[in-house]
Amino acid sequence: MSNITDLSLNELVNNVKSKKISSKEITKAYVERSKKSNKLNTYIERTFDNALKNSEKFDNSPNLEKKLPGIPFAVKDLFCTKGVKTTASSKILENFIPTYESTITQNLWDAGAILLGKLNCDEFAMGSSNETSYFGNVISPISDNLVPGGSSGGSASALAAKLTPATIGTDTGGSIRQPASFTGTVGLKPTYGSCSRYGIVAFASSLDQAGPMTRNVKDCSLLLEVMSSFDPKDSTSVDFKRPNYFTGLNKNIKGKKIGIPKEYRVDGMPKEIDKLWEKGKEYLKDCGAEIVDISLPHTNYALPTYYIVAPAEASSNLARYDGVKYGLRADGENLIDMYEKTRSQGFGEEVKRRIMIGTYVLSSGYYDAYYLKAQKVRKLIKNDFDDVFKKVDAILTPSTPSSAFKVGEKSNDPVSMYLNDIFTVPVNLAGLPGISIPAGLDKNNYPLGLQIIGKPFDEQNILNIAYSMEEKINFKLNIKDWWIK
Amino acid sequence: MAIDLKTVKHISKLARISVNDEKAKKLEKDLNSIFKWIEQLNELNTDKVEPLTSIAETKLRLRKDKILSENIRDEILKNSPKDNKDYFVVPKVVE
Amino acid sequence: MSKDQYVIEKNGNKYEVVIGLEVHAQVLSDSKLFSASATKFGSEPNTQVSLVDAAFPGMLPVINEYCIKQAVKTGIGLNAKIHKKSIFDRKNYFYADLPQGYQISQYKDPIVGEGNVILDLPSGPKTIGIERLHLEQDAGKSIHDIDPGSTLVDLNRSGVALMEIVSKPDLRSPEEVNLYIKKLRSIMRYLGTCDGNMQEGSLRADVNVSVRKFGDDKLGTRCEIKNVNSIKFMQMAIEYEANRQVELLEKGGKIDQETRLFDTKKNQTRSMRSKEDAHDYRYFPDPDLLPLEFNDEYIENVKKEIPELPDQKKNRFIEKFKLTPYEATILVSDLDTSKYFEKVIEKSDVKLSANWITGELFALLNDKNLEISQSPIGPENLSKLLNLISDGTISGKIAKTVFEIMSKDEKDPNLIVKEKGLKQESDPKALEVLIQKVMSSNEDKVKEYKSGKDKLFGFFVGQVMKESKGKGNPQLINKILKEKLNG
Ligand SMILES: [Mg+2]
Ligand SMILES: [Zn+2]
Repeated sequence: MSNITDLSLNELVNNVKSKKISSKEITKAYVERSKKSNKLNTYIERTFDNALKNSEKFDNSPNLEKKLPGIPFAVKDLFCTKGVKTTASSKILENFIPTYESTITQNLWDAGAILLGKLNCDEFAMGSSNETSYFGNVISPISDNLVPGGSSGGSASALAAKLTPATIGTDTGGSIRQPASFTGTVGLKPTYGSCSRYGIVAFASSLDQAGPMTRNVKDCSLLLEVMSSFDPKDSTSVDFKRPNYFTGLNKNIKGKKIGIPKEYRVDGMPKEIDKLWEKGKEYLKDCGAEIVDISLPHTNYALPTYYIVAPAEASSNLARYDGVKYGLRADGENLIDMYEKTRSQGFGEEVKRRIMIGTYVLSSGYYDAYYLKAQKVRKLIKNDFDDVFKKVDAILTPSTPSSAFKVGEKSNDPVSMYLNDIFTVPVNLAGLPGISIPAGLDKNNYPLGLQIIGKPFDEQNILNIAYSMEEKINFKLNIKDWWIK
Repeated sequence: MAIDLKTVKHISKLARISVNDEKAKKLEKDLNSIFKWIEQLNELNTDKVEPLTSIAETKLRLRKDKILSENIRDEILKNSPKDNKDYFVVPKVVE
Repeated sequence: MSKDQYVIEKNGNKYEVVIGLEVHAQVLSDSKLFSASATKFGSEPNTQVSLVDAAFPGMLPVINEYCIKQAVKTGIGLNAKIHKKSIFDRKNYFYADLPQGYQISQYKDPIVGEGNVILDLPSGPKTIGIERLHLEQDAGKSIHDIDPGSTLVDLNRSGVALMEIVSKPDLRSPEEVNLYIKKLRSIMRYLGTCDGNMQEGSLRADVNVSVRKFGDDKLGTRCEIKNVNSIKFMQMAIEYEANRQVELLEKGGKIDQETRLFDTKKNQTRSMRSKEDAHDYRYFPDPDLLPLEFNDEYIENVKKEIPELPDQKKNRFIEKFKLTPYEATILVSDLDTSKYFEKVIEKSDVKLSANWITGELFALLNDKNLEISQSPIGPENLSKLLNLISDGTISGKIAKTVFEIMSKDEKDPNLIVKEKGLKQESDPKALEVLIQKVMSSNEDKVKEYKSGKDKLFGFFVGQVMKESKGKGNPQLINKILKEKLNG
């Protein structure tokens, strides 16, 4: 075997099952490569020694029936992990050690996976470039001054740099799909209610959803199968019979109707992206799918709607970080002073900005003009999709309006940063599943992605479409290990 | 609706985040540019639209009235910033 | 202006007081509204706190179906409209004992809408409107008097289910408030939805008070007195506050809408915060929960579990047992009392039972400061005692003596009568002998009586009673004495 870290998740699983590689060998390979990759700043917390110990434990009595037998995983630091520091990349949780495990990570460990460490992300998942983290920005392995996207930037970077065979992120407005697109990897945001939110540090409850990030579509289907479960501890978890996404994966998409929304052709979008989109259509036709022109008339209103709804929920979700029960406390002359200092020192600028937006849109006199208005527009956006899905089986769009940008390029202009999520946000607002797959490179050789949006709980369908396209696209991520000396 | 400095201070008070004058000015600028952009929603007439209250395609699930959580006081207080084995501790509140 | 109207008079101007109540009633349930920890009162601090109650990152609420049912039951007991769809909102504010930084409550769409409660005033029944009832979480407890330098927080209560019952501003006096709270508590105890224990904080109220001149139909500016936890304090607070407002108005001042605290030591209300720095709670639907929905069938099924409530029971007592409205009101006001009464009348005369329970028994309990459930004289023994009166074994007067003994040694009254030889003398022959003896030794008085001094009859009864050592049957003595004296 040339290099363990070059193997996909499925290849690793097969090799463990056929006893060609041990969990220890895999874990060691990832630990060693991770140790040499500090420059990317992907890890916030490393649990390498424990991972090695656990891999030995696995090898001593291997349960080969498991779906992720002895496979090491680094995960976004938004998932609470029992006994392992969980920070949400915020100073306010700098030293927080949960005594409990999120349902999603528990599902991973139950499937045989082993924790490698916790990955950097935007603070409280608020950002599109991983520059808002208290622990510093993450570098993309694509190029030394490039952002990996966000908020699951550490996850995307670690995945692309082969520091973990696959990973998990969370997606509130594109936080899985946009970084996947920026780093030439696969990222799926499941239908709202498919994956439990229990134990995930909340950003915006009605939009947050955890999902898999992988090197290929097959890995993605396997990981989704492990992650998705009904959870009685989450009132928004949907109790439905989950299919076996992995065994159900196939390339038969003949006769599927794929919608192309005209509103996703935005001003100033690079020609390369348009070209890629065109190519995507051709591939789909080659696979026997039918292309249908559609309209999602309220698309343009999705982002401003999102920037009311998400901050409103966040302003309330983040009220619990008050210095009383856990996390940072700044000394104050009295209770209120303590609150104000703790939250001022504990939160970064973007988080504070969004708490302020959210507080404002909910405040007396503004609720109807902003929050209620946004909930109504959200309904219109959902109606758009409902209407269209009467005619088509899935929708094809670009994942992002541009390729990855440079560190610092947009961090001073919030609105231009927000515009990054223009194609991903409508999917969260409507609660739909969406997958981003790598589809080509721009003139700088930076990856670009295409997004496939599905009907609620129709993950199998978009995985199959992605699987078919993946073969035609035949994308190769060619990363030189420039950061490893 | 322009957001002035006084409003910024009022919101920061509501959000329990102290901001100094310099930060408040920066926030004033940022919030105004964000809300200017958000105002485009007003192009839409939504008078007859029902607001969306939940995106989850399910009904509210009900739990049985059972006590399942034991005494986990040590666990609950473990991460608290001020050491006390029985209580959370905050600066003196005068009512 | 009827004479039981509550009036505040100043400079010849007559004011009426307008009061509305927001009662917080703790739902009787084993576990909390959104978490599976216990609700027991008086446990060690922070021992009934789950990760959800302490608002740890990533923790989510899951609602308790029993608490919903309890709220629906209470709504039915308040003759109120049950809303088939209601929504849980977040009420956002920061406080040390509010771990989430928001309280999950119901704002625009509560589970129960308009209803009413009927008060039995001396002047007749009065209907008090109920505005709404909603479900919400309780906060924890801040303790200021253990540590001199800090406030300590106990989250045992955090997340316990409360019903907030909001009345319309229909109350007009401290006495009406007293009756309203008691009636509300009585209804909830009948339903088993709240134990109404004010000492343990299961029932607390925010009191909204305003005043206006009689004849005005516009409401005055109101002040809200927060979190008063006894009826007595509520009444004191209202009295103080109403007088304060009248005085202010008479001085030409203006009432500020504000939140006030009642200082139980000084017997005063004082300003807590004014409207300017009033909270902006930023209510919005809790995105961690979905709308609560149920159908007519659910409501019908809950209705089947509703027991006979105080008003119905009262009517039944009046119609079936011919009790006076006054007696009936007293006997149904408390569920345990009504149960006691119904137990006693299984075997005893209804009127006699009603008299003795509202008379002797209540006096005894009052004296010893006991609840009826703690009464040293149980319903079985009281029933036996009353039957001894009815069958003529003892007189009513002797019965009081027996009752007195029963209250101390909790014995069977039959046994007491036997041991102490208290059985009434009802043998006419024996009584005739006694009467003869009294007449013979008072011949002059007999003469006077016969010449028309009727009043002396009482004297003869007393003498005969004395001769019988109190055990003579009074009815028989009367009868025979009359025959003899008139014969
Ligand atoms: Mg209130
Ligand atoms: Zn309340």
